[in-house]
Amino acid sequence: MRRLLFTTIGVVAALVMAVQVGPSLAHACAGLIGSNGAVNLGRTTTLAAYEDGVEHYVTAFQFQGGGGEFGTLIPLPGVPSNVERGGAWTLQRLQLEVPSSERLELASAGFSALTADAEVLLTVRIDALDITVLRGGGPSVAAWATDHGFRLSPDAPEVLEFYAERSPIFLAAVFDGDAAAERGQVIGDGTPVHITIPTENPWVPLRILALGKQPDDRVEADVFLLTAERPALLPLYKPGLTLVHSDAATQSLLDDLRSDDGMGWVPESAWLSKLQIDSSAGDLSYDLAIDASGLSAPSPVAAGLVAPLGTAGLPETATLAGGAILLLVLISSLALRRSSSTSTS
Amino acid sequence: MLRLSLLPFAFAVVLLAIGCGGEPATEPTIAIHYSEFTPAVLEVPVGRPVTFTLRNDDPIAHEWIVGTPDVHDIHRVGTEPFHDERPTEVTIPPLSTLETTVTFAKPGDYAYICHLPGHEAYGMAGTLRVVEV
Repeated sequence: MRRLLFTTIGVVAALVMAVQVGPSLAHACAGLIGSNGAVNLGRTTTLAAYEDGVEHYVTAFQFQGGGGEFGTLIPLPGVPSNVERGGAWTLQRLQLEVPSSERLELASAGFSALTADAEVLLTVRIDALDITVLRGGGPSVAAWATDHGFRLSPDAPEVLEFYAERSPIFLAAVFDGDAAAERGQVIGDGTPVHITIPTENPWVPLRILALGKQPDDRVEADVFLLTAERPALLPLYKPGLTLVHSDAATQSLLDDLRSDDGMGWVPESAWLSKLQIDSSAGDLSYDLAIDASGLSAPSPVAAGLVAPLGTAGLPETATLAGGAILLLVLISSLALRRSSSTSTS
Repeated sequence: MLRLSLLPFAFAVVLLAIGCGGEPATEPTIAIHYSEFTPAVLEVPVGRPVTFTLRNDDPIAHEWIVGTPDVHDIHRVGTEPFHDERPTEVTIPPLSTLETTVTFAKPGDYAYICHLPGHEAYGMAGTLRVVEV
């Protein structure tokens, strides 16, 4: 039987990563050494780059050991035009560029679920990882996961609906444990994946990192952003979200990244931001919206701070109680007006 | 003299609307949404058949298991993947509604809990108050 787990993680989440890398870099990273000299990052790490209307999303999926299959769901801001193996050492190189350090001020901004079957838009196999891109509402994606033998965590209905209201695109990454073992992968080894997403509305899913965790559990992750200009980000201030780097990317970094597999798209110049997440799962109720246009107007909807127009948001009981209270106010108002008119006539 | 005398009526409307007060229910509905039981506290009569409608609005399966603490202790470590043989232990598939009829012989408070992995810790529990009528 397949191992459950569609619970934990997501994007950034799934992950810590392991990639083939040279010994000197391995030493420099002071990371954990995996099979075949692979280096495992100590934290979940993701690169989200936005260039000419395309979001490049590079993350890694960690092999957690055992046979069978286990997987991760990642909400995406749009339909990917491509999903391929990620650069071999891109995430490690970024960690070398920006060691975790002080806090910076964030750039200030001026500022239903479907029930039909999930539509499979794309499938691709990368090493022992089966990736499926789905279009559907929360229920249909949950049904897809159930049909494929996975059990979702109890917070999944709310989290999937939270995402599906903004974008019905999800990426399911399923590790074939048996295949990973045959490939010599050990616990902690990962597979880097590069997702290319044309979108005018870039955002990085963060809330999904808390999926399957208890409210007091910790979520730790590093998110690197590469944008043409200094981006405006939302939210600005949240417990556990810290901007630790915001500066023009060095030429050496960009040259190094560009020389990695599949990373030829890295521009000649860019702004590098790094955000650290060290949050309780309960506090991580938002995503990261990015406005790289220079207009300083990241979307509060994309950040998950407000619901999209046309979504309910209130539970049925609250609606009922609210209606009843409104009725009470109307009746009371009518009674008082009547009383007032009687006493003055 | 319509005026303020309407207020008690209005309060009654409110109470009825939000389902407070009244006789113990013999045909209650328990809804499940975002892995939460609604209502979380429910009063039913002792010694009379009570038909529960269990409505799962979530896209994942849930359980409704009602009983004494020892029953719940068993289910916390149990391995039964599906419950459909005892009226006090029901698996509700995603986006579905089931009915189950139970007669409680003794008054008291009985917890109802979903014992799927992680669900109780997530807060998926309620209290059934079995009362003399």
